[in-house]
Amino acid sequence: MALTGLEIYKQLPKKNCGECGPPTCLAFAMALAGGKASLDSCPYVSDAARAALDSAAAPPIAKVVVGSGDTVIELGDETELFRHDKKFYHETAVAFLVSDTLGEAELSDKVAEINQLAFHRVGLEYRIQMVAIKNDSGNPETFKNAVQTVASNTGLALALISENPEAISQALGPVASRKPLVSAATEANWEQMVAAVKDSGCALAVKAAGLDNLAALVEKITGAGYKQLVLDPMPDSVSRAVADFTQIRRLAIKKKFRPFGYPLIAFTQAEDPLEEVTEAAAYVAKYASVVVLKTTDRAALLPLLTLRQNIYTDPQVPIQVEEGIHEVGTPNENSPVYVTTNFSLTYYSVEGEVEGSRIPSHIISVNTDGLSVMTSYADGKFEAEKIAETMKKYGIEAKVKHRNIVIPGGVAVIKGKLEELTGWKVIVGPREASGIAAFAKSQFA
Amino acid sequence: MKEKNTGRVAEVSLGATTAEGGTRTTTIVVGGDTALPFHHFEGEVPHRPVVAMEVQDIVPSWPEHLGKYFRDVWDKPGEWARKGVDVYGADLIYLKLDGIDPEGANRSAADAVAVVKEVLQAVGVPLIVVGCGNTEKDNEVMEAVAEAAAGEKLLLGNAEQDNYRTLTAACLGNGHSIIARSPLDINICKQLNILITEMNMPGNRIVIDPSIGGLGYGIEYAYSIMERSRIGALQGDKMLSMPILCTVGYECWRAKEANSPEEEVPEWGTQETRAIMWEATAASAMLQTGAHILLMRHPQAVALTRKAIDRLMQPNNY
Ligand code: B12
Ligand code: SF4
Repeated sequence: MALTGLEIYKQLPKKNCGECGPPTCLAFAMALAGGKASLDSCPYVSDAARAALDSAAAPPIAKVVVGSGDTVIELGDETELFRHDKKFYHETAVAFLVSDTLGEAELSDKVAEINQLAFHRVGLEYRIQMVAIKNDSGNPETFKNAVQTVASNTGLALALISENPEAISQALGPVASRKPLVSAATEANWEQMVAAVKDSGCALAVKAAGLDNLAALVEKITGAGYKQLVLDPMPDSVSRAVADFTQIRRLAIKKKFRPFGYPLIAFTQAEDPLEEVTEAAAYVAKYASVVVLKTTDRAALLPLLTLRQNIYTDPQVPIQVEEGIHEVGTPNENSPVYVTTNFSLTYYSVEGEVEGSRIPSHIISVNTDGLSVMTSYADGKFEAEKIAETMKKYGIEAKVKHRNIVIPGGVAVIKGKLEELTGWKVIVGPREASGIAAFAKSQFA
Repeated sequence: MKEKNTGRVAEVSLGATTAEGGTRTTTIVVGGDTALPFHHFEGEVPHRPVVAMEVQDIVPSWPEHLGKYFRDVWDKPGEWARKGVDVYGADLIYLKLDGIDPEGANRSAADAVAVVKEVLQAVGVPLIVVGCGNTEKDNEVMEAVAEAAAGEKLLLGNAEQDNYRTLTAACLGNGHSIIARSPLDINICKQLNILITEMNMPGNRIVIDPSIGGLGYGIEYAYSIMERSRIGALQGDKMLSMPILCTVGYECWRAKEANSPEEEVPEWGTQETRAIMWEATAASAMLQTGAHILLMRHPQAVALTRKAIDRLMQPNNY
């Protein structure tokens, strides 16, 4: 919760010496409230005031960073319980579990498979984030070697899963600069665990069954000065996870309950890969910042990552493409012309199919404020007038010799009007983009 | 931290047994929640969400990955329904009368009534019956269906903002419940409920269809509208407190992701698994945001979703 200038002013020394830049403490307080100054500029602020201001100004859920370089992942830093209130910011990171009991060759193969798990759909790339190595062997040496094997085979972020501080310590040494996520500190091991991760500053998962136990353990760890934390309430069922995650998120956001102001990690329980994904879908919807999966089945991951993208998209601003004439392949003056909206989802659905037709083409995207075909038509933003205007504005007449334009089947009713306005022949295309390839072959091949 | 909710989602009961004036062997109650989805810890979730499998009155042009499960029965709606219930575990049947479409097969009201009767005979579960989308034809047919099945406590749809009177009257007069469908707009959703209740339809005989988008095709809008509507219901807004039906199967099976063969997009993995998971993942999301009735198509997606519901219905009280 951001503080107001006056609330901040109350904590300042009130010397009005101007050493901070602005002439008075009040002016400085206003600048701080607006995020235009840093408290460090005042040499006289007391430690107590600093602590009070820091904690009041801190986000309700801390931002915790895992990974380094290209694969750095920001977790947490969320402000909402419901996405319609504003937006969820840092999408759930997806981690894949591998066991240190796998032989070196098997392990490298598995990692190679995980490395390949990127997906493209409707103009977006869906990426996965982490490889989680689990110390199933119980042996620190084996764990260390497995972590080494994984680390040297992937650029993805790492998660080290062991409750043995010795194993973590050994394994972490060589990969500390990659800032892996370490899981987990428990009631039994937390002091040694904190000691093991302290120098590297790695994110440390804190694990305890039951919310009270978890809060108490987090307080011990933060009391000892370690604050790069991720929470694991160890739910024993999906239903319990929904309850625990909701409680943690609520208490953090509505009550500013500090021990719960950290990102959440969820481990799937189901053994069947498909059940596992329906379970993970619940965690993506219900606040998990990291979800650790066992399955690497692409067919099950694509829907999960699509859901993640949907849930984390900005509810106020649809993703859009630039208005204008886009080229698919290298079209010439005889190439077909299609028209659609500038809603990214719509545009890329169409572009993908036009590409699939293997006939170089022009696609005109009309600025519909990021609305789909039927939505923008219902809202008066994809009318014949608007399309005619866009055609003119971007000079489609100069790009092709013919005078044929294809419109989406859903708006067949605008055909007459558009012909009247432009003098072009309007061809009503299929309703669904998936019909475009066959349509194009029959019309233009 | 428990939220104190003053409101409650209405309880709608579907189907009537012989004792209640119908012929159903099982009945279903949906709704009644006094908390957000599966927040057993702070309220009641008295009834589990249910899965309705789709049956049509005409052979559908469904892709092979559905066809292989239903082809043997999809020209016989009664057997199709029975297969859904007996073999695939559907909680109830959603009968879509696409065959009456004047632009298509243009079947008569009498044909539609015969199909409804056939399905009622074949299965003992409650029945949802929905028209083809052509306003005039739907009104004519649904009136006949409502009369012919008087007392069965069907759930009939779709009432829309500019076409709700005929269907509401038909449901009122014959003891059925109604689906109020709005185009992803919470204001229209509420307005339509007001209009229907003003005709004296009790709130516990209305089910909302908020029009969901498919997974990857606008589902997030439905997600948020449903979440807002549940929050409204819990805060005591009676005109948002009806249970919700989501047409998951319909939306998901039009998606490219359910229909593209693996050779075309190797990166997306096996086609059938992908299609199943497109449906099951969408259903999972809809469950988290407040769905009460999920319309689904693929048997395995149905099975996965029923298991997910089992898990979510476990108590999580503190
Ligand atoms: C998500 C959604 C919304 C979102 C908008 C999301 C967005 N960014 O556009 C929100 C909630 C804001 C919304 C609002 C409204 N909506 Co709306 N919405 C939908 C929904 C569920 C999905 C739309 C979508 O994103 N589809 C996916 C995209 C990719 O589809 P598409 O753009 O049509 O593109 C496909 C085809 O058209 C084709 N295609 C596209 N371009 C081209 C080009 C060529 C050449 C060819 C051949 C093919 C082709 O390929 C694509 C893939 O197949 C649909 C119902 C549904 N389930 O489809 C209703 C729907 C479109 N909405 C509708 C309505 C009425 C509205 C509102 C007017 C309601 C209201 N009164 O508030 C408002 C208007 C907008 C406003 N004022 O904000 C109606 C339209 C009715 C009609 N036939 O005119 C629909 C059909 C719902 C319904 N059944 O009533 N909506
Ligand atoms: S330096 Fe500190 S004490 Fe001096 S004016 Fe600025 S805020 Fe006030």
